[in-house]
Amino acid sequence: MILPNLEYAASEMFVAVAAMVLLMIGVFRGEGSARLVSALSILVLAAAAAITVWMSPGESRMAFAGMFVSNGYTTFLKVGILLASAVGIVLSVGYNAREAIERFEYPVLIVLAALGMMVMVSAGDLLSLYIGLELQSLSLYVIAAIRRDSVKSSEAGLKYFVLGALASGMLLFGASLVYGFAGTTAFAGLAAQLTGASAPSVGLVVGLVLVMVGLAFKVSAVPFHMWTPDVYEGAPTPVTAFFAAAPKLAAMGLFVSVLAGPFGGLVKQWSQIVIVLAIASMVLGAFAAIAQTNIKRLMAYSSIGHIGYALVGLASGTKDGYSAVLVYMAIYIVMTLGAFAVILAMQRSGRMVEEIGDLTGLSRTNPLMAAMMLIFMFSMAGIPPLAGFYAKLYVFLAAVEAELYFLAVIGLVTSVVGAYYYIRIVKVMYFDEPEDALDPRPGRDLGAIQFVAGMATLLFFLFPSLLVGAADTAVFSLTGG
Amino acid sequence: METWPLLSIVTFAPLLGALLILLMVRGDREATDRNARWLALWASLATFLISLLIWINFDTGTADFQFVEKTAWFKFPGGYTLSYHMGVDGISMMFVLLSTLLTPICILCSWEIKSRVREYMAAFLVLETFMVGTFCALDLVTFYVFFEGVLLPMFLIIGVWGGNRRVYSAFKFFLYTLLGSVLMLVAVMAMYFLSKSAGQGTTDIVELLKFARETGFGAEAQKWLWLAFFASFAVKLPMWPVHTWLPDAHVEAPTAGSVILAGVLLKMGGYGFLRFSLPMFPDASVYFAPLVYTLSIVAIVYTSLVALAQEDMKKLIAYSSVAHMGFVTLGIFAATVQFSAGTLPDALLGEQAVTGAMFQMLSHGIVSAALFLCVGVVYDRLHTREIDRYGGLVHRMPRYAAVFMVFTLASVGLPGTSGFVGEFLVLFGVFQVNVWAAALAATGVILGAAYMLWLYRRIIFGELVKPDLMRMKDLNPREVAIFAPLVILVLWMGIWPEPFLDVFDASVKNLLTSFKAGACRVNEACFAAR
Repeated sequence: MILPNLEYAASEMFVAVAAMVLLMIGVFRGEGSARLVSALSILVLAAAAAITVWMSPGESRMAFAGMFVSNGYTTFLKVGILLASAVGIVLSVGYNAREAIERFEYPVLIVLAALGMMVMVSAGDLLSLYIGLELQSLSLYVIAAIRRDSVKSSEAGLKYFVLGALASGMLLFGASLVYGFAGTTAFAGLAAQLTGASAPSVGLVVGLVLVMVGLAFKVSAVPFHMWTPDVYEGAPTPVTAFFAAAPKLAAMGLFVSVLAGPFGGLVKQWSQIVIVLAIASMVLGAFAAIAQTNIKRLMAYSSIGHIGYALVGLASGTKDGYSAVLVYMAIYIVMTLGAFAVILAMQRSGRMVEEIGDLTGLSRTNPLMAAMMLIFMFSMAGIPPLAGFYAKLYVFLAAVEAELYFLAVIGLVTSVVGAYYYIRIVKVMYFDEPEDALDPRPGRDLGAIQFVAGMATLLFFLFPSLLVGAADTAVFSLTGG
Repeated sequence: METWPLLSIVTFAPLLGALLILLMVRGDREATDRNARWLALWASLATFLISLLIWINFDTGTADFQFVEKTAWFKFPGGYTLSYHMGVDGISMMFVLLSTLLTPICILCSWEIKSRVREYMAAFLVLETFMVGTFCALDLVTFYVFFEGVLLPMFLIIGVWGGNRRVYSAFKFFLYTLLGSVLMLVAVMAMYFLSKSAGQGTTDIVELLKFARETGFGAEAQKWLWLAFFASFAVKLPMWPVHTWLPDAHVEAPTAGSVILAGVLLKMGGYGFLRFSLPMFPDASVYFAPLVYTLSIVAIVYTSLVALAQEDMKKLIAYSSVAHMGFVTLGIFAATVQFSAGTLPDALLGEQAVTGAMFQMLSHGIVSAALFLCVGVVYDRLHTREIDRYGGLVHRMPRYAAVFMVFTLASVGLPGTSGFVGEFLVLFGVFQVNVWAAALAATGVILGAAYMLWLYRRIIFGELVKPDLMRMKDLNPREVAIFAPLVILVLWMGIWPEPFLDVFDASVKNLLTSFKAGACRVNEACFAAR
């Protein structure tokens, strides 16, 4: 055996090969193959999720000489990433056909991005982390600019690329500092060195901070959020939906595993930074969203806010906190994808519209869709009995447990501010009389996603243990008890 | 009977009705609207009957929680399993009945609603589920879910079916209440961890009551927890100066919305004080009692004066609600003041005041609901709530005048009506502990008489000169059916309050004993005296 334990990377290898096959199919069948490739990509992602679950080892297993780790934690994240990516493709099919940007590269790029995310959450070394992160990021830069003729889309892609490259540079620089001062980039080696170490060297801490800057950029935590609203607004809507879901989960999962794993010994140092990031994100997410009129920009600020809440769980620096982050992100993704399925259905005479005002009177013209959007908005605001409430409950519970009372209070107060703009959307849909109705029916695909996500959000309280238990098990295998 | 989960049935029966209504999508609009009304009425009446069944089987001899149901719900990190825990004692029993009684009345009085009938009826039934659940929940998180869930349907009811400024009012209502509640959520979480320091942490209300009685939260922690709960309940009740959402919400809400708001939602605040603040944070309750007293008296006097100046009928009644709720808080916290004296407390001193506060809440729940219904009757006919547009209605609407009079006098607190018993007991109890507070509160009674009787005179008496009033019709059979049970109740509670007092008597006594045991452990003066 040249490469032992290869089976732990089975799903990654499957996705990598499949992506190349899909690319070949696209190339040889020409431009008309977009639909076929999309359908196949969805199958590939679903199959990869199945493989991931099937091949999942109970406890941590290494492959590629420690560069690659597979455990319950990575399984949890990968399944989430793959499913969210698959939904991202489903959301795009109808839209791309309508807007005449149907290209077979699109699903392939999403598959590649998903591969990058899988590699990065499975990274066992700062270098494999970087490889995964870059594969993901480069795919995302291209997708953001997929509508080549649109200035806005190209601008979004370019902006994302330049700022993303800067963040990657920071991360790489941080990694080099860590290597310089610790003598290793392997997570296991770092963890062994830092656990119980009395005073870490300043260089190492600076390295950690720079790595965190890179990661904070990827999750778009304040003050590294500047790209988010512009990219969300400029990119085609299905791309925005995809950006808001899978990469956020992957980056957040990575944030947790990097800080809790190799840098677990420096928890005192990094938790202060995370607290600042969390507070800044929650506050900015709440206040900046108030003035938005474009629903995609609003979702951008909303996602910044949500990242802030998820970071509250991380800031607590406890196992319960990490598990709360996973629960939060999972619920966040369901709500976000559902809300974007509604946004994608906002069309008037076949054209996309994206102002909040365009939703006026939706409850009369399309009661079911309005009801689903109502569920997503109230859930995002954190009103029980909807899923978003439990997500907040868990992260703040972790914060209170760590005696970060002020963080919990600030977080919950900003959630009231945030509630204002969520219920403003409800107001537009329900309280205002319809003027210029949207096209009546969303496509069957969008309708199905709205409905499934809506029901999952609404009925979460019946089976909370499914998700919470899975997250607990995942974190257990990350921290090893 | 014992094996039936009666409380879950009474809580979720309305929800089932709401689901059925929402599933009726076929058929023409006329037919679905009609079916929605009847279905809602039957669902709420069935719920009411079930709650009566619970009342009949309720054992008034014990202060324990009855009809208890407990199933594991979900896990907190760290392994604590949260349960879905339901049960009623004497205090919550009455509020459950109040909620189930007022909902069918609300549905009846909304019979003429024209727009989006299905959604309207469903919203009320969902609201009923949350209200009943709030009073039955015996777990803090379950309680919070129901308590906060109320905001959802109420926000829509005000915002969709409300008056001209409905958007502003709905937002104000929603954000005010939410801000108060989230602070309580922090406290709930903190209580879980604080009770953990003395063994297994818990969010179970029964366990927490036991914990508070036997161990107790630390004095400093109690103050913060008390304040966080206070933020929530003071907004809900509402107390001066966080009452400003109430007049807006009342004025803009549809009649049935005002009825539920005044009848039940405000009581959630008082219920919270009785269930949580007093027994769980006894020391802090003693510590903050002067604050509550001050705010209550300001509420009673100031909002009564404000009510005198109102031109809008609903606004006037809304302000009178704030004043009446002032009596409630005054009564609830009358149990606390004696500790400052430094003598061993009489175990049941303050019982009258707390009993009075309970009774006042029930009475106000019915009387203010009925007053809003009275406003609704004339509003439906003339579409204005301005007092000056009316006058001399007695000539055209004698039955209406009689009904309105009963509720006006009950609101004033005339002996023989339910309002008297509550106010009298509160003043009686408060007088024993604080003469000044009682004296100042008594002026509120006088002012109450002034604004209510003046309101009555301006609307009902006088010459019938305004031309559009000439065509006013008296109460129709549907309206009589709405008012009849309320009139009977008001008189019954006023003349023979025993059956109602009996229900919560044991629970109030139990509350006071455990409160005093808890407070005495922390309070130095009291401890020394012992």
